[in-house]
Amino acid sequence: MSENKAVGVELKELTKVFPAYGTQKDFTAVDHVSLSARPGEMVTLLGPSGCGKTTILRMISGFEIPTSGQVLIGGKDVSTLPPNKRNVGMMFQSYALFPHLNVFENVAYGLRVKKVPEQEIRRRVQEVLELMQISAFTARMPNQLSGGQQQRVALARAVVTEPSVLLFDEPLSNLDAKLREYMRDELRKIQQRVGITSVYVTHDQSEAMAISDKVVVMRSGVIQQVGTATGIYTSPLSCFVADFMGKANFLPVTDWNGKDTCVVFGRPVKAALAEGTDPKREMVLMARPENIILCQDGPFEARVENATYMGQTFQYVLSCQGHSFFVADYGYHTGGIHGPGDTVHWRMVEPSLRLLQAEKEDNDA
Amino acid sequence: MLARQPGLLACIVLILAVLVVFCIFPVIRLFVATLTNEAGRLDLSNIRHIMEATNFFHSLGNSMLLGVTVAALSTLTGYVFAFAVTRTEMPGKRFFDFMATMPILSPPFVISLAMILLFGRSGIITKNLMHIRNNNVYGFGSLVIVQTLALFPLAYLNLKGMLESIDGSVEDASRSLGASRWKVFSSVTLPLSAPGIFSSLLIVFAKSISDFGNPQVLAGNFSVLSVDAYMQITGLYNLKTGAFMALSILLPAMLAFFIQKYWVARKSFVTVTGKPVGSIRLIHEKKIVAPLFCVCLLVSVFTLMLYGTVIWVSLVKTWGVDMSLALKNYEFVFKRGKDAIGDTLTLALIATPITALLGLIISFLLVRKKFPGKKLMEAASMIPFAVPGIALGIGYILSFNTRPLLLTGTPVIIVAALVFRTLSVGVEAGSNSLRAVDPSIEEASAVLGANNLTTFRRVSLPLMRSALFSGLLNAFVRSMTSVSAVIFLVSVNWNLLTVSIMSEIEGSRLGVASAYCVVLMGIVVIALLLMRLGLDGKPSRGRRRRETHE
Repeated sequence: MSENKAVGVELKELTKVFPAYGTQKDFTAVDHVSLSARPGEMVTLLGPSGCGKTTILRMISGFEIPTSGQVLIGGKDVSTLPPNKRNVGMMFQSYALFPHLNVFENVAYGLRVKKVPEQEIRRRVQEVLELMQISAFTARMPNQLSGGQQQRVALARAVVTEPSVLLFDEPLSNLDAKLREYMRDELRKIQQRVGITSVYVTHDQSEAMAISDKVVVMRSGVIQQVGTATGIYTSPLSCFVADFMGKANFLPVTDWNGKDTCVVFGRPVKAALAEGTDPKREMVLMARPENIILCQDGPFEARVENATYMGQTFQYVLSCQGHSFFVADYGYHTGGIHGPGDTVHWRMVEPSLRLLQAEKEDNDA
Repeated sequence: MLARQPGLLACIVLILAVLVVFCIFPVIRLFVATLTNEAGRLDLSNIRHIMEATNFFHSLGNSMLLGVTVAALSTLTGYVFAFAVTRTEMPGKRFFDFMATMPILSPPFVISLAMILLFGRSGIITKNLMHIRNNNVYGFGSLVIVQTLALFPLAYLNLKGMLESIDGSVEDASRSLGASRWKVFSSVTLPLSAPGIFSSLLIVFAKSISDFGNPQVLAGNFSVLSVDAYMQITGLYNLKTGAFMALSILLPAMLAFFIQKYWVARKSFVTVTGKPVGSIRLIHEKKIVAPLFCVCLLVSVFTLMLYGTVIWVSLVKTWGVDMSLALKNYEFVFKRGKDAIGDTLTLALIATPITALLGLIISFLLVRKKFPGKKLMEAASMIPFAVPGIALGIGYILSFNTRPLLLTGTPVIIVAALVFRTLSVGVEAGSNSLRAVDPSIEEASAVLGANNLTTFRRVSLPLMRSALFSGLLNAFVRSMTSVSAVIFLVSVNWNLLTVSIMSEIEGSRLGVASAYCVVLMGIVVIALLLMRLGLDGKPSRGRRRRETHE
């Protein structure tokens, strides 16, 4: 379980087509995806349901065989190996603990299958149970454990066999909000301590941001953007990514100099231009709600449509020249509270704005 | 996927081959035998001859009339029981539940035998109490009563499952919107249970027209096709005519079965979410509960009286003449019937584990694996259950009387008939319990390094434990009590209890027949108790390990 044993995972042009079945047509779930995870790295696949993230995970684990392309674990092509020959660990959404075995036997299962001597099984299981802080529940059956405890047992079972890669299939989605945050941090801590290369699948962007070294945003089987959480949040390459990774407003651009200056609501605004932009197409200005500041001397004017108190912030829906957008106001303690119908002045934090290509389908900004 | 798992592939191919030989081939032979002449050419003159010469249409009409009547009455009775047990605060629910399930485990024609003993020519009620001379108990009326009592449990189980799975909150919602009890029932409960009602009607209809044991004993001049087919073969050695008649009940029975299986089941409004259905506010009003209670009590008491009669008769010297207690019937049974009892037990004990294990393996493949030929495997495993026993028996003699599959006269053919006739029940039980298990539990096992066999043995099988036991029990009971499918397959060397009972009834040695029935019921009850013990008593793996590591 030491860091030096960690190996990398590489996906090369990975494609999965589910053949036509009944009335359904061929379905390309994963479309030429190439990706690599360095040894010990935590990579998150983030995307809406049906984007192919789970299918990728199942191809790494061996439950699906790629239509084309390769899965390499530690440089070795494992694309066609069955799951039991791949030495991967997996955390399932439903935990998938064996209901007929107690905690100890659940964790020991993989070692027993590998015919590890009894003495060593006990030692290693005890060790990992202590690491997970569940050694008090050794004899309990899974249905006598709380959700968080079940989670730990599932993780213990997945890491005890020292797999070369650990796969997480939305493991936190069955927990309530508070526990989810706590377990998320726990998972990350343990993953880092064990130093195991991990691939994590989720549709929750805040989970992805908190837990990963590298985030991969996916849509319809295709990678949209790869980067660190901050990189993707601050510099999204498309409206889809901007919108999926956090909240985003897309303001109409009426004029654009082809570089970093555009006109929004009749005023010139400076913004970073996303790479690979086609100058012939329509543009929008992406502004995060927290980058719109309400202030007396702001150059723009808008009407408050809706105000929601969120504790940390006041969230407003503002309307300007027929366009609505969100504002997260962190300064309401000093700047005051506005009600629907009020007229407010605002400005934007220019360094954080981005010029993006408008998307054909309307993204509800 | 399959090419990389040679073990799995071999297993699938082997099972498919066995199923084709023992489940599909005999039915095909039945068709071939009726549609061809001696030279093996397509020839329909045989059929025309049968239709003209015998009273085929009369019997066909009788079979259908019986099927429809019994289906309606059984479903009604089953619904009354199921509704009373699931929706009311009726007293004695456990008792009524038991009374409505027990007949499934009982050997066939126990009820018929009791009817003769009570209402026959020298019946205790008709002759001794009512002084009716030569009362004719045989015929349509008695047959309807007997089949309804024997088959309403099928409807009951079906409807009870249906009613239990209807979310009680929709009934509460209807009531809170101001509906009366009757309005709730007629506008919510009844429409929601309609698929259950249709499927009960179809199952009971199929079972009624397929039934051989009861009509054989009790039909008298009321001719039905299953008995006619048997007569043609044993009495007139006319295999082709028998095959055609068997086919004529096979088609409607199979049609009813598969409509029920694929169409009605899909119409079901109930979705299995695994969420426990909210507790139902039970009906307590006397004016509703009391009539339901009376109907249930009447049916139960009548059933108990029938079973009691058989036990009583087995214990007296000569029924209706010398009513003093004696064990002479049992002496006769254990002396003359020793071999039949031994043979039946041996064959049932061989067939039982094969059926249960094969059923679970097939259910595992059907629920969890994808492979070509899956539909074939599913259909094949159901056919022998859907087909009338008589038709299956004729198919077996047609199929296995020549080399290389020369099995007639051997115990193998009887075991095969018992196994495949019951297989579907095991597959069903296994599939249901497996569907309730999250597939990722098996995937977790695979990821941890276990191969297919290890996963099946150490994860799937333990989780299907209750299905395994119910499969074993069902296989055993059905093997012990089966008659129609094996009546053509028994030989001098291998005889079965049920067949002995039938010949005793035909020879009017009703005391001996009753003793045989009691012995058979005794064996079934012992098996039931042993299985219960096995299911409750044995500590599970996990629990045993706990002691080791604490």
